[in-house]
Amino acid sequence: MSLKRIDLLICCGSGCISAGALKIKERFHAVLSEKGLTNEINIIETGCMGPCDYGPVMVIYPEGIFYKKVTPEDVDEIVAEHFVKGRPVQRLMLQDEDKTIAAHKEVPFYQKQVKVALANCGFIDPESLEEYIATGGYEALGTVLTQMTPQQAIDVVKESGLRGRGGAGFPTHMKWKMVHDRKEDQKYVICNGDEGDPGAFMDRSLLEGDPHRILEGMMLCAYSIGASQGFFYIRAEYPLAIKRIKQAIEQAREVGLMGKNIFGTDFCFEAEVRTGAGAFVCGEEMALIHSIEGERGNPTPKPPYPAVSGLWGKPTVVNNVETLANLPTIFVKGAKWFSTMGTETSKGTKVFALTGDIRNTGLVEVPMGTTLREMIFDVGGGMIGGNEFKAVQLGGPSGGCLTAEHLDVPVDYETLKARGAMMGSGGVIVMDDQKCMVNVAKFFMDFCVDESCGKCSPCRIGLKQMYNILDRITKGEGQEGDIEELQRLGETVAKISLCGLGQTAPNPVLSTIRYFRNEYEAHIKDKACHTKVCRDLFHFKIDKSRCIGCSLCSRKCPANCISGSREDKYTIGQVDCVKCGNCQDVCPVKAIDRIPGIHSDVTAHKEALLKRKARED
Amino acid sequence: MKTLADLKKIREKAQEEMKLRGSSVRIKIVVGMGTSGIAMGAREVMKTFLEEISNRNLTDVIVTQTGEKGLSSLEPVVDLIEEDKPKVTYGNMTPDKVKKVVVEHIVNGRIVSDYVVATGN
Repeated sequence: MSLKRIDLLICCGSGCISAGALKIKERFHAVLSEKGLTNEINIIETGCMGPCDYGPVMVIYPEGIFYKKVTPEDVDEIVAEHFVKGRPVQRLMLQDEDKTIAAHKEVPFYQKQVKVALANCGFIDPESLEEYIATGGYEALGTVLTQMTPQQAIDVVKESGLRGRGGAGFPTHMKWKMVHDRKEDQKYVICNGDEGDPGAFMDRSLLEGDPHRILEGMMLCAYSIGASQGFFYIRAEYPLAIKRIKQAIEQAREVGLMGKNIFGTDFCFEAEVRTGAGAFVCGEEMALIHSIEGERGNPTPKPPYPAVSGLWGKPTVVNNVETLANLPTIFVKGAKWFSTMGTETSKGTKVFALTGDIRNTGLVEVPMGTTLREMIFDVGGGMIGGNEFKAVQLGGPSGGCLTAEHLDVPVDYETLKARGAMMGSGGVIVMDDQKCMVNVAKFFMDFCVDESCGKCSPCRIGLKQMYNILDRITKGEGQEGDIEELQRLGETVAKISLCGLGQTAPNPVLSTIRYFRNEYEAHIKDKACHTKVCRDLFHFKIDKSRCIGCSLCSRKCPANCISGSREDKYTIGQVDCVKCGNCQDVCPVKAIDRIPGIHSDVTAHKEALLKRKARED
Repeated sequence: MKTLADLKKIREKAQEEMKLRGSSVRIKIVVGMGTSGIAMGAREVMKTFLEEISNRNLTDVIVTQTGEKGLSSLEPVVDLIEEDKPKVTYGNMTPDKVKKVVVEHIVNGRIVSDYVVATGN
């Protein structure tokens, strides 16, 4: 038994590591050994605790004190004050309006969250098999293997109502049942950890923070469908996740939780890790399967579905990381418990990666059916910078955006789909009123054009054409009929593309047209970007009543196009302006504004150029 | 590991290691570790508590600390907090007194009234 009196849990999720968590950990080791306290205090690296915006964060037990934005310089004070004298350091605690929040469980960010998949993330040491077992780990596997038939296990999953967390929401038990019913000597289970949506990091955090849970989930699936071999397909950009899963597999093998005759039954299982090489399309199950086979990661037409002919032609179940993460808890706490959470059609909880213009960016888990308002304002803490909420993009480049009028919409698979968005894997990008929706749509389209594998022409050519139109619109060259053309193209691409990438890629464009058509029209007809984001559709103007004639803007202008004097004040030569924004940044009295629309000088100049060109021809 | 019983064994051992983070705590020992407490030997007192608890394998007791409690003349001061019972405060603690408190109060449930300086909140 240990003599430890303090458990120091340092969040070592990727967010906190990049904010310097490892340096802090080293500093703690140094300071503690200096003071001879090493055998009293346990330093534990955990997975992502969630509130990444406060990183690096840590929780200190037994009190459960939560510290945010810790720096290596704070370590001495924490040790001297908190560890030695028992006086928690107030200034590192979270300040909520005028009260200081000391306890981890009182942090507002956690209040509406229900942690199922993330239960151990940020609470245990992900590199310790014992800590996972201490939280009830592998009990589900032991119970299922020794007391249930595969069919009974599938029935439990059916009763729980669990649906695929990767995006489409296909009922998990149906996938399993199809493979279970195939009579084949070899079947496979694959964990899809090829998370590629911009702004999404749910799967990464789960793999890094609680690898044994995913492994146990995979084995539960393998037993139910009759597979003896599993693959983790994890993208190469997640080195820590790959390392931790490999380590978990090793640890499980050492104690006999993997290999032959697990728990003394006939069930034998082996798993290995395959890394993706950075292709977004490999998150599509057929492309993923081909990638594991060593082929080019291209999708192929379905049917046959992987359940019939998957990896090397054998029946295969492909489950998302989060889907697998839910399984151990479902078997331990029961299907009924799980299905009490959520809505009629979507049961349980969902992990979201909350990013964008909100205060508490991070990883959250809420019951299905939680409204967007609760997620963005209660958990997310509302918008930053005093700006208004404008839209939220759900489901990354395959999803759609929703607006303020949808804030009270409950988040579940069906409701989101009906409104042109989708659950997706769980990326939530919140945008304030400073964002140009045409530009946002262009960004996602650019991503999809890049990531299209090029196999089928609607996706390869159609998306590029849509991108070209969007690019023209944001450059002030939009034409009458562009919106209709975008819609026509988008609907066609969605209908006839081969795989999920092409089928969903037009969603951001179609949904922004649906809810922000006026912005598109302003870009096309008035040649104006009212949010002043599209560089060609606004101009800078010096307000002479506020200008003090200091000449700073003129001296900092890289294009030398600002002229004037102390008496006459300064003016921008619009034709030569490159819109770098330097003048606005340096102006000491903030006399320079961004004005939507193209300046008349520029329009006149362009027309003159065209006329001269016509004459010369 | 071949059976659920094996798993249970590992789980119980691991939970023991993680008890600081858990909620299955019967008694919480709070050592006053302000400047005067430390000067009067609160560190030794706390260490003795940790050792005694470890030697006796008491799994439902945790040791934690707090700052100055105000009772400077009676330092080192220790609170014993049991669920649903009034708090017991011991004063002028020494390693020897700690051993007695562990045996009498924590193990046998009899308050060592000689050392008590206050009860209740």
